[in-house]
Amino acid sequence: MPVNPGWRTRLLPHTNRARRNLMGYLFIAPFLLGFLLWFLLPTATAIWMAFQDWNMMTPPRFIFLENFASLLRDELFWQSLKVTVIYTLFSVPLTMLLAFAVALLMNTKVRGIHFFRTLYYLPVVVPAVAGSILWAWILNTEFGFLNILLRAVGLPKVRWLVDPNLALFSLILVSLWGLGSTMVIYLAGLQGVPDVYYEAADIDGAGRWHKLRHITIPLMSPVIFFTLVMGIIGSFQVFTAGYLITGGGPDNATLFYVLHIYRTGFKNFHMGEAAALSWVLFVIIVALVAIIFKYIGGSVHYGGRES
Amino acid sequence: MTSSSKPISNPSVWPGDPHNHAARRRWGRFVIWLLLILGASTMILPFLWMASSSLKDQLSVFMYPPQWLPNPPHFENYIDVFVVKPFHLYVRNTLYIVLMNEIAILWAASFCAYGFSRLEFWGRRFWFSVVIGTMMLPSVILIVPTFVLFSRLGWIDTYLPFIVPAFFGGGAFNIFLLTQFFRTLPQELADAARIDGCGELSIYARIVLPLAKPALATVAVFTFLNAWNDFIGPLLYLSTNEKYTVAMGLALFRGALLQTRWDLLMAAAVIMTVPVLILFFFAQRYFIEGVVMTGLKE
Repeated sequence: MPVNPGWRTRLLPHTNRARRNLMGYLFIAPFLLGFLLWFLLPTATAIWMAFQDWNMMTPPRFIFLENFASLLRDELFWQSLKVTVIYTLFSVPLTMLLAFAVALLMNTKVRGIHFFRTLYYLPVVVPAVAGSILWAWILNTEFGFLNILLRAVGLPKVRWLVDPNLALFSLILVSLWGLGSTMVIYLAGLQGVPDVYYEAADIDGAGRWHKLRHITIPLMSPVIFFTLVMGIIGSFQVFTAGYLITGGGPDNATLFYVLHIYRTGFKNFHMGEAAALSWVLFVIIVALVAIIFKYIGGSVHYGGRES
Repeated sequence: MTSSSKPISNPSVWPGDPHNHAARRRWGRFVIWLLLILGASTMILPFLWMASSSLKDQLSVFMYPPQWLPNPPHFENYIDVFVVKPFHLYVRNTLYIVLMNEIAILWAASFCAYGFSRLEFWGRRFWFSVVIGTMMLPSVILIVPTFVLFSRLGWIDTYLPFIVPAFFGGGAFNIFLLTQFFRTLPQELADAARIDGCGELSIYARIVLPLAKPALATVAVFTFLNAWNDFIGPLLYLSTNEKYTVAMGLALFRGALLQTRWDLLMAAAVIMTVPVLILFFFAQRYFIEGVVMTGLKE
């Protein structure tokens, strides 16, 4: 029974619940529109593109699965996949392991923990372009800092970025410079482990290793699991280091998958094939994450509460 | 503890004595401290090398043994950089993108986060899981179709690809972070305001936003960092030299001269890195909080 039949009551819904729904969708409207425009629309475009032979200049031609067939025949596709998998296989676990070790050392209530945390985190904020150029200089064969250090202790020069067998390994080394972000997450996790667990273990006479194995690691497992998943997703998308430090070379030894997409699409203008490559990458990442959830996710310990 | 006959504070006990707990612990602390110093030096040495190289001349960068403190220091490198490439334009362009991103993201992300955290509506849980899903999604897989979309819109070689999308939600990561923070704010204030006849819009603007300053600061520093550091975006969308960002200018600097001038390259790299480092030193708390918040809360 409208008491005041003004414009308000005619425009706005009558019931409280409807009004609440309207309000909610009003507030999340930017996200919903963005999701539609910058996610669903590109996704639909990518599906369409994957089946076209298209260079963006001449009209697209429907070729169905030919893009996928030709990329499977492409040696560079397999090379880029190999490079990215090897990079992930080393970079992610090494980063996690070192970051965990540093976080453990820092969590011993050592003096100047904030100072150390700052120093270890510093490389993370460095722009990828600046960092890449810096490392290209440090790893320079003739005059690079690393080879200067080797020379100082009487070791021969190492062709870090020039040797096809070494270049990818060098970039894995460079990636470790950014372990600070993982370390900060671990450190916060470690500081959240209640002291009572360790005190109880002390009473039981547990040694350092036992405390680490049976208290710290189980309690940290959700955090470790999170960094593993995000690390893999991130390392499959590495681009800038390969593009700037080595240019994908030597001999395609550092041709990362995304660099291959970039060249296929924006240098050779095979837009359809680039879209197909993107889909393959998406499927690989989703499959990997699913496998990790299935086989490792089960051993994650959530401290008794449902998550 | 094990042998009561031995006084704990015996000064003659050597650090490695396995029977003395206090000494052993002190010795352990020292080893830990030493390891941390060693690691931290490895992290910092590249910075020092960058700074040192940036002050050398064309030839002394190649000298062995290297000089850590170049004599004389070539501060003019920092001027020459601007002669080789118009870095003042690059800085201006990048700051413009940064500013527009700050406005767009601080508004859009907090607006959406208010909806997700403070309002009860049909489908809220579903849409929030979509937010988390897009946060996990590998963003590079959409660069090819997004490029096609933006080129159809005529946005190539403009700043629109970096600015307009930010107004639409401001990024899943930021929505997620702010939603988590808004949830921790007391509901009573908003309830009191509602009884006084306050609408949701003014509760958002007058109560929640002022209380959320620390979280907004976290979003602001990450927004600066992402916009300042972005390379793939400018690489794909910008083609006119005068429109380049700092990242683009630095990336193309290497090929700008006939031979690689490592001294100038390092000076340019310092120019790009220093603003980020200054921001980090002043706003460190917000960086760490941002990383920890997304890392620890599922």
